[in-house]
Amino acid sequence: MRITLEQDRCVGAGQCALTAPEVFDQSEDDGTVVLLRATPAAEQEADVEVAVALCPAQVISTHS
Amino acid sequence: MTSTTDTTAPTNSTGGTAPVDTGATTGQTDEQARDRASLLPRLPAELTDHGKCPFDPPAGLTELSAEAPIHRVVTRDGDPAWLVTGHAAARAVLADPRMSSDRMRRPGVLEKLSPAMRERVLDEKARAGGFIAMDAPEHTRYRKLLTGQFTVRRMRQLGPRINQIVTDHLDAVLAQGPPVDLVTAFALPVPSLVICELLGVPYADRAGFQSWTAKLLTLGTPLEKLFEIGDQLRDFMLALVADKRARPADDLLSGLIQSGTEPALTDHELVNIANLLLIAGHETTANMLALGTFGLLDNPEQLAALRADPSGVEAAVEELLRYLPIIHLGLMRHALADVEVGGQRIAEGDLVLVSIQAANRDGAHYADPDALDLTRARGPHLSFGHGIHQCLGQQLARVELAVGFTELLRRLPGLRLAVPQDEVPLREDMAIYGVHSLPVTWDV
Ligand code: HEM
Ligand code: SF4
Repeated sequence: MRITLEQDRCVGAGQCALTAPEVFDQSEDDGTVVLLRATPAAEQEADVEVAVALCPAQVISTHS
Repeated sequence: MTSTTDTTAPTNSTGGTAPVDTGATTGQTDEQARDRASLLPRLPAELTDHGKCPFDPPAGLTELSAEAPIHRVVTRDGDPAWLVTGHAAARAVLADPRMSSDRMRRPGVLEKLSPAMRERVLDEKARAGGFIAMDAPEHTRYRKLLTGQFTVRRMRQLGPRINQIVTDHLDAVLAQGPPVDLVTAFALPVPSLVICELLGVPYADRAGFQSWTAKLLTLGTPLEKLFEIGDQLRDFMLALVADKRARPADDLLSGLIQSGTEPALTDHELVNIANLLLIAGHETTANMLALGTFGLLDNPEQLAALRADPSGVEAAVEELLRYLPIIHLGLMRHALADVEVGGQRIAEGDLVLVSIQAANRDGAHYADPDALDLTRARGPHLSFGHGIHQCLGQQLARVELAVGFTELLRRLPGLRLAVPQDEVPLREDMAIYGVHSLPVTWDV
């Protein structure tokens, strides 16, 4: 799995960092998403999918 | 908080949230009644009154939801509106940039107001900074100034302090001995103190802002009175802003003043942003704490399981949020263009009400939606909204709720209601649902 972000849409709600903390973080400045791992480990993929569904601003996409 | 409250306009309510049922219409002139209907549209009673069960959505709403995801309804004042009840349709509406939160710009609203009222709602000092009722890109600027302060990490860092505040209040509850009203002794003061410390509002001033907030959120408060309270809140906050300008401290309000954003935030913007945070930051979590506790007490086995294994508290908080949405009157939007939702065509200018209660119980989305299941897998619910306005304070609320429920169960063994369940007074008369009081007892 590969993750891409549409960073400029991010509203800093933190759903991603809450759900998959090894993959997503939030910037100290404005709380927007920071990608820690563009290719998550296999065992992180399920959490990433939940984060995609939870993100209120459709920022996160996954590609195979 | 919503909600979230918008102190800018005649905000009874929770800003972008809610068809607010304004209840008492006694003593209103026709003109006042018209103003109220335009500014605070309300759903018919059968879709808002909870009836017998304090935990389930109104029966009329549940019946309607079973038929379709979106419905044509008529407000109590006879105006047409769309009511969205399906989970997918609700998310689609809230994520759609063509759905506006800028409620004064809904076609017809200003035209229908009396001249005096129009002047009041357009008053820039009341509107400035009230981003819960703004659309992008106006909204974006304010939101981005604040999101860095409300990240998951920042809020977790507040954990120890929140724990201390919770512990202090439970110490006092134990010292007082049963029975105790958990709302006044615990649920309301804990988030009030937390948001005061975060923002930099002196906690000693709580009597004022708590009672103003209570009146703002009371559905029957006359429009004139709402404006009066809005002015009082603004005067209160303006004095505080002046104080922070003179004596900056390590708090959010001082941080906003010194943020260096261009153009600099005006006093009016600062005042309204701070009041939005203050109001949305205490009444919401307070009601969720009390209503969540009431819900736990109604499910003693699940309460016992959570007490035995507090590591389940984060999942429990999510499920309580889903099951018991305090923004019970829904979220208000209007269409900026023709938009297709759930097979219906919403026309430009139409009023759209999104029912969080109904969407959170959508059987197409949740297995056994009407059951409280504290072990449910984490997934989307709409209690914090969706889209660009999704609750700014949600990570704070999560920490407060997790610590609050954990410590409450740990410190008060045998916690139970001190009155029969049907004597617990429900906040059906308020823009934010919950309980007015929660008399409890425990084993001493
Ligand atoms: C359990 C507690 C809470 C619930 C259920 C809740 C619910 C909501 C909801 C549904 C919205 C979306 C409104 C809309 O779309 O029109 C919202 C927005 C908001 N909430 Fe909360 N809230 C809670 C706690 C808090 C706290 C603790 C704060 C404190 C800082 C807060 C601040 C805000 C703000 C500022 C907004 C506006 C965000 C925006 O427009 O971008 N809320 N809340
Ligand atoms: S969940 Fe979405 S909007 Fe929220 S911080 Fe993550 S990417 Fe941004």
